[in-house]
Amino acid sequence: MNQETTFEYVTVRIGDQLYGASVSEIREVFSPQGVTEVPGAPAEIAGLLNLRGRIVTAIDARRRLGVEPRSADEPCMALGMEIGQELYGVLVDSVGEVMRLKVDTLEPTPGHLDSQWRAVIKGVHRLEKELLAVLDVRALVTGEPAALAA
Amino acid sequence: MDELIGEFLSETSESLDTIDAELVRFEADPTDRSTLDNIFRLLHTIKGTCGFLGLVRLEAVAHAGETLLGKFRDGEMVADSDAVTLVLHSLDRIKEILNGLEETGAEPVGDDRDLIDRLEAMAMGQSAAAPAAEAAAEPTPVEAAPEPEPEAETIQDEAPAEMAEDAEGASAEDTDFDPLLGRELRPGEVSLADLEAAFLAADGPEAGGAEDGVEERVDATAQAETPSTASQPAAAMSAGEAAPGEARQTGARSQSTIRVNVDVLESLMTTVSELVLARNQLHQLSRDNEDSTLKTPLQRLSSVTSELQDGVMKTRMQPVGDAWRKLPRIVRDACQDLGKKIRFVTDGEDTELDRQVLELIKDPLTHMVRNSADHGVELPDVREAAGKPPEGVIKLSAYHEGGAIIIKIADDGKGLDPAKLRDKALEKGLATEEELSRLSEQQIQRFIFAAGFSTAAKVTNLSGRGVGMDVVRTNIEQIGGQIDLHSEVGRGTTFTIKIPLTLAIVSALIVKAGEARFAVPQLSVRELVRVGPGSDQTVESLNGARMIRLREKLLPVIGLHEVLGLDAAQDEALSGYVIVIEAAGRRVGLVVDDVLDTEEIVVKPLSGPLRGLQFYSGATLLGDGAVIMILDPNGVAHQIAHAAEEDEAEADRASKSMLQDQSRQRLLLVRAGGEEPKAVPVSLITRLEEFDCADIEQVDGRYVVQYRGRLLPLAHASGADQFPETGRQAVLVFSEDSQSAGVAVDAILDVAELTLDLQMGSERPGVIGSAIIKDKATEVLDIAWHMERAWAGAPQRSASDRRSILLVEADAFARRMMAPLLAAAGYDVTVASGLHEARDAAQMGAEYAALVGDPGALSKLHEEGFWQDVPRLGVSDDGMIGGLEGLAAVMRRSDRGGLIAAIDAAAQTREAA
Repeated sequence: MNQETTFEYVTVRIGDQLYGASVSEIREVFSPQGVTEVPGAPAEIAGLLNLRGRIVTAIDARRRLGVEPRSADEPCMALGMEIGQELYGVLVDSVGEVMRLKVDTLEPTPGHLDSQWRAVIKGVHRLEKELLAVLDVRALVTGEPAALAA
Repeated sequence: MDELIGEFLSETSESLDTIDAELVRFEADPTDRSTLDNIFRLLHTIKGTCGFLGLVRLEAVAHAGETLLGKFRDGEMVADSDAVTLVLHSLDRIKEILNGLEETGAEPVGDDRDLIDRLEAMAMGQSAAAPAAEAAAEPTPVEAAPEPEPEAETIQDEAPAEMAEDAEGASAEDTDFDPLLGRELRPGEVSLADLEAAFLAADGPEAGGAEDGVEERVDATAQAETPSTASQPAAAMSAGEAAPGEARQTGARSQSTIRVNVDVLESLMTTVSELVLARNQLHQLSRDNEDSTLKTPLQRLSSVTSELQDGVMKTRMQPVGDAWRKLPRIVRDACQDLGKKIRFVTDGEDTELDRQVLELIKDPLTHMVRNSADHGVELPDVREAAGKPPEGVIKLSAYHEGGAIIIKIADDGKGLDPAKLRDKALEKGLATEEELSRLSEQQIQRFIFAAGFSTAAKVTNLSGRGVGMDVVRTNIEQIGGQIDLHSEVGRGTTFTIKIPLTLAIVSALIVKAGEARFAVPQLSVRELVRVGPGSDQTVESLNGARMIRLREKLLPVIGLHEVLGLDAAQDEALSGYVIVIEAAGRRVGLVVDDVLDTEEIVVKPLSGPLRGLQFYSGATLLGDGAVIMILDPNGVAHQIAHAAEEDEAEADRASKSMLQDQSRQRLLLVRAGGEEPKAVPVSLITRLEEFDCADIEQVDGRYVVQYRGRLLPLAHASGADQFPETGRQAVLVFSEDSQSAGVAVDAILDVAELTLDLQMGSERPGVIGSAIIKDKATEVLDIAWHMERAWAGAPQRSASDRRSILLVEADAFARRMMAPLLAAAGYDVTVASGLHEARDAAQMGAEYAALVGDPGALSKLHEEGFWQDVPRLGVSDDGMIGGLEGLAAVMRRSDRGGLIAAIDAAAQTREAA
């Protein structure tokens, strides 16, 4: 399939919703362990963790999206990414598969969506069974709209 | 950029900094040959290299400067400040050109004729008429130098006149056209042919480039002279100690050092950091597994790692002198601009520290030295008027202390005037009058570190441009340093900076608060104090502000969990360790649950979203792989200081309100018969004791315990005199005159400070009444009643006898002492802190059974006709004030029993009357 006409997504689940994160932005997927909380930090920062000797700042996608926080014993996964020299991990409930979707099936983010969501969602794909919201992981990490973060 | 040029740039900028400093030193002592030789040699090297690289502008300027210096060296001219200024100007020009060169890779276009003319004119003042005449068409060359001093004109006038004869001959010589160069020779320049001849005559290897030939030889002889000539002047000059050493060092350095790119060192450092981490992890593993086979190789790895770490650290080390090489020049320029005389003395420039740190302190240091020159040291006449030598001294010194470097900047100037600072702080709205009135002088002086505070009345060329000491403080604190000052009006100011040697790897305490671990850099930890059960120290609280007693001083403390907003296990019982940290001259205690370990930690910077948190300076990985936060002592201390200041303010308000509201007291809350707390005024209690219940005996129907060789009669505060058979019994010991009595309670709960507002009287013996303490209705015990009961069985007085009395006393301490005493004796006490309040009370129609207090005030009230028929009892320290109208008696304050008896008698008389 022609690369130019498709997007490649890693699908993740946060709460009940299916999301896609652009593969090119994700460095790796890992299971976060030993997250150290940072007292006084913004709520969406879950803490810091050690990934092969480097310190990763873990961002809780649920909190960023305003979804109710996951309980302590619920498992989660992390999407690792590097911005500048800094490593970040976006905590999601689970990671699914890599999915290719045609560029022209991407629809703009509905205008009436919650502003917290609109800030981190680039668009929507209609899948057979459900909607796949395309995550702007960079915005999710930095808390800034994509235009500014880019 | 050309590699050669790059190298030239870095080398030259170092040399120029050295020349700056050397020139200033030279100006101070123009007879110091070694300094001059040093300058000459450095400038010459620059010139030589420029020629080699084809940098025409630079070469011309350097040459002109060198020529002038040559005149000094040959003794043809005496270096005065104008001449030195001119040379400094040419150095500035060289720097300008170098900057251009660095940016574009090529010499910027420009004309240096003006400067060169001036340099040449200065140099030729004595030897050439032609350039002088040429220069005369332009503005007088010497006067063009900024701020000429009177001597400048003298030279200018004298020189041409004196040397007019030589001029012709000299100019004829100097205007020689050199066919090889294709231009006229510059003054002092030797034709290439001559040079060639000299070069050939010179012994081989010494002579570097063809151009260096002649003068290199001169240098060689000059250098040979250096050690012998330098030894005397250097001893005389306090600033000069480094001069001969440096000269030798430079020589040695060129043979045994290589230039390494800083990036290489940085990455080496990072690698070593990783190695340290890995070693820590291995240590942890071997500890966990108790694998003895690993032990020996691990130890070796550990020591090698440490050595490597030290070694790499050393490569990053630079003498602190590198950071202040520019300073002598700055001080000198300040002197010129402001007409001041300042001797700049340095000490300990060899003290080494991490180059990263060095870079970061350069600007703050420069700023502070400028400040000292600009605002600190006074003008010579002002100094003389103040009985000080006209020449001021700014002393910069550095030394190692622990894992830190201490840099001091001291001047003997006018010092910081607290009164001025106070006004300024008020004007800038940094503090209110009330806040200021509570601050010590030193605290007020520290306002110069506050943001937006500049004491300079006017903006000068040097400082006072809005970037003040707050920026300096911020810069220093950013690198984990501390800054403080000590200043005496008229005597001078000393700033002390303490900074870590390096930022990359620090030794830290690993502490625990709740379940979380944190690293505290050891540099800022003064001491550790164990608190809580099982130790000598307990955390006490005064009106919610917690503190510990540390060597007779109160140290404000706060729980780390409070600072960080962690869930506190139990707010009341703080136990564990107090980490005494110091920041910005404040000492505060941080209570942690436990101190686990000390570890060399590698500081990792925080990611963007966390960088704004003031509590942390970074994060680190521990040996067990966990990530923990590194606490920033400054941030934490600020938080504590802030809280402590609020508490202080609170306590202050409390004590202030106490001045107006005298019934405010400290109450001991106890439990005695029943769960609800009961209160006792602390001021009445002599001691708190605990006895073994087995020691409590019954004698003649009364309970006693042996106490300090005597029998202490006991009564139980519950009223029912029953003591447990076993265990410990808490007893409040009260003493009056030589008699003591103990009142037993079930448990001691707390101390509260509050306005004792008896809400309800009580008919029950042994209870004065009830008050609301900590939102709870609390009975206030009638101690006097219990004491009497302990002594003699049930006392006669009951609560219904209570009478109101007025206590008039201006002395707050006396009020605090007497009010609870009288209250405990069963009186309703109204307190007046002065005549005003007493008069007010009288005008309100208040009635009292007796007036007690300051004899003078009571007498005055009598004169004024208030409460004419109420008995007055004067109380004074010595009881000896006589001859005052209308007093029933004057009692000694220390005679409690007598006082109470006298009041009782007086009040009864009144009742009877």
